[in-house]
Amino acid sequence: MTGAHAVLVAVGVILTLAAGGTIYRIAVGPSLLDRVLAADVLLAVLGAALATEMAVNRHLDNLVLLIAVSVIGFIGSVAVARFVSDRRG
Amino acid sequence: MDPSPTPLDLLIDLLSIVCILAGCLMSLAAAIGLLRFPDLLSRMHAATKPQVLGLLLLLTAVGLQLRSWAVVPVLLVAWIFQLLTVPVAAHMVGRAGYRTRHVHRELLTVDELDEVVQSAARGETPDGRPE
Repeated sequence: MTGAHAVLVAVGVILTLAAGGTIYRIAVGPSLLDRVLAADVLLAVLGAALATEMAVNRHLDNLVLLIAVSVIGFIGSVAVARFVSDRRG
Repeated sequence: MDPSPTPLDLLIDLLSIVCILAGCLMSLAAAIGLLRFPDLLSRMHAATKPQVLGLLLLLTAVGLQLRSWAVVPVLLVAWIFQLLTVPVAAHMVGRAGYRTRHVHRELLTVDELDEVVQSAARGETPDGRPE
């Protein structure tokens, strides 16, 4: 099991750095659309973590959550983009 | 882990480790792209990597680890769903960015939409005929 643990540690480090970068972009902006895009990438990082956990522990329990996360990201992006274009025309 | 892994098991494990690490590095690449690229459209280019290719690699790793053909359609449906929704969301974000002047025009090589917008503003179709 040490091989699986090494992979988990490496994936944890990589995804933590990726999530930190996207959260920094959400914090500094500069525009609302940049933040929406970064939030979408943050959801993709979360999906990557869920899929990695499924692969390492050999089950499919997270697949529904993975799809739900991508639906939420889609609806969020479309709604915010629509809102921005309606407000400033 | 099986009690006595065969060489094929080791090969599949190695392949899935490569898929997992490559898929997670896509997320890191997207984060670096978000931090370093100068404007919205180039950041959108970076953001698609973990959403499409990263997810494909990770779902491949899940399929390899489960060692079952029955899960392949389920994983494929999850990936195709992502493949259908990501372009729509990107289109909406890009459209809103263009309309709210978040696109840096000096960074663009060609702006084909500008021609269409200008001719629509003059009340013509893009090939010059009156509407």
